[in-house]
Amino acid sequence: MNAPTHPQAPPATPNDFAAYPDANGRFGQFGGRYVAETLMPLVLDLEAAYLATKEDAAFQAELNGLLTHYVGRPSPLYFAERLTDHFGGAKIYFKREDLNHTGAHKINNCIGQILLARKMGKTRIIAETGAGQHGVATATVCARFGLPCVVYMGAVDVARQRPNVFRMNLLGAEVTPVTSGASTLKDAMNEALRDWVTNVEDTYYLIGSAAGPHPYPMMVRDFQAIMGREIREQILEAEGRLPDAVVACVGGGSNAIGTFHPFLNDEQVRIIGVEAAGDGMGTDRHAAAINGGRPGVLHGNKTYLLQDAEGQITEAHSISAGLDYPGIGPEHSWLHDVGRAQYLTCTDTEALDAFKLCAELEGIIPALESAHAIARLSDIARDVGKGGVVVMNLSGRGDKDVATVADHLGRTI
Amino acid sequence: MKSRIDARFAALKAEDRAAFVAYVMAGDPNRATALDILKGLPAAGADLIELGFPFSDPMAEGPPIQKAAQRALKDGMTLKGVLDLAAEFRQGDDTTPLILMGYLNPLVTWGFEAFAQAASASGIDGLIVVDCPPEEADPLADALDAADISLIRLATPTTDDRRLPVVLRRTSGFVYYVSVTGVTGAKEADAEAVRPAVARIRAASGLPVAVGFGIRTPERAGAIAQVADAAVVGSALVDEVAEALERNEDVTARVLSKVRSLAKAVRLARVPPLPA
Repeated sequence: MNAPTHPQAPPATPNDFAAYPDANGRFGQFGGRYVAETLMPLVLDLEAAYLATKEDAAFQAELNGLLTHYVGRPSPLYFAERLTDHFGGAKIYFKREDLNHTGAHKINNCIGQILLARKMGKTRIIAETGAGQHGVATATVCARFGLPCVVYMGAVDVARQRPNVFRMNLLGAEVTPVTSGASTLKDAMNEALRDWVTNVEDTYYLIGSAAGPHPYPMMVRDFQAIMGREIREQILEAEGRLPDAVVACVGGGSNAIGTFHPFLNDEQVRIIGVEAAGDGMGTDRHAAAINGGRPGVLHGNKTYLLQDAEGQITEAHSISAGLDYPGIGPEHSWLHDVGRAQYLTCTDTEALDAFKLCAELEGIIPALESAHAIARLSDIARDVGKGGVVVMNLSGRGDKDVATVADHLGRTI
Repeated sequence: MKSRIDARFAALKAEDRAAFVAYVMAGDPNRATALDILKGLPAAGADLIELGFPFSDPMAEGPPIQKAAQRALKDGMTLKGVLDLAAEFRQGDDTTPLILMGYLNPLVTWGFEAFAQAASASGIDGLIVVDCPPEEADPLADALDAADISLIRLATPTTDDRRLPVVLRRTSGFVYYVSVTGVTGAKEADAEAVRPAVARIRAASGLPVAVGFGIRTPERAGAIAQVADAAVVGSALVDEVAEALERNEDVTARVLSKVRSLAKAVRLARVPPLPA
């Protein structure tokens, strides 16, 4: 008797992480599409258009060409020899996303989404930004493709990130300060959603994190997963084996999920995210959604959120504007709940120390976001031990942060 | 038992007039004033009441309702507090339908079943949740069904014929037509553009259709009342709260006066002019 044939793939199990999200955009209980009805047809159209690009050879060729010649991929995998010696444990490698055009991993996703927006015939791009890194990356691709761009940015962030506001203006983008709520990233995202619900015909919302309604968490992850795929190839070449651990900082979580995803099915690889603990987890001034929040619904998805007992969203606090968000991408919430990934925390002070250490020992000024991951490398490298291999995503460069750091060190520049 | 919503729409149909639906934010600008306004709404001409429950991140609201939510939260309003207000209102009015309107996360926090039972006990008839499309609504709809509360669905200008049946699945009471693409209180609804949409939704659902999101003036409310089963006004009413606070005037009197002028326009909308 012949073996029965299965017309469909076998049901997904947590052993096949590549099979998520499901058709409803769910990672277990997390994710989904919690948007106003006006936007539902738009997110459904977006999902269909995105899925079609996977089979579209011309789209993929254009994407790969831009990633190579415009972004500068592949980014190097660098052996951080002096930090390795300093910590005295496993070998530490940095994935050098700081060397990309615009200085961070954000551009990987923006290139993918701008091509999709063009393919969908959209003629106006909107985005939200916190520190301004995603805003700059979005303004960059809009300039490259000649599309008008509006970036929503909290008025508080506009004031503390003036150089990035000017960069966006130079690139031709209009930066709209948001004064509702607490005037930071979550309010900028609310305002971008309000713009989208108003301009449904021509506008494409280019979300910068692996958050928001389905298909954004999946799509942003896929565009960012080029980092994890490159790491895989590069570490096999350098060490002849997979790493013992991959590490990344987590705000919304796009650099982390792009690093983690190609390793999720490799049980032997530990997956470690680092959340921003601000003034400390014992205080109410942090940005650690998983370690200090609980599941809820915001900005189109169900995920871990900072909130009060009544379900009102509370403000996040971190020295790093890029981690200063009260939520986290839904896939991280799920990876935490099923135990596949571990989420640690790092305070502002620890991040500042790691920032200085990396500059002094490696000659690399990291983004304050990435410095959160660097701060935990000491423990992780010792835990993995000599002879082991740890890869950390150095998600961006720290030029944007020098004024903030000087301020905290009591120095004037 | 016939629901308050069904009974009210049946009575209005017999009178051949549309309903005037007043939206107010619970706890805005404080609990006592909000309760006064609520109690005064039926006499001022509100046929149904939408009672907003505040959320920190109301992504489909324009500035007026965003600010109203912030005023209410600052004064300490909670979802439990909203149900207490509703229960006090019910002690003096057992016929005016009360529809809660807001966002999902406070309901997730309470738990759908426990919330639905508490809401029912407080005399709530319906619930509108802006960020809970039909694809995500089944767990909430199950809890509301068990408590005899209608889950009011939203149809919008982007709801095409393919999507309309999805939107109307498991709905009861009435359908809320969001007459403009945009946030509350920003654009103006065009009665002639609304007319075919209302007819289409009425035919597909067999339910009354209320129109909102773009009605600020008595003229506009009257025009919408000629083509729809109900006209909803929200932002223009919470603006009255803000202005009264700014000018140190009586908030309740100002809101109810606005309600009277809007309700009058809705009541007269289908009355033919007297022969000359």
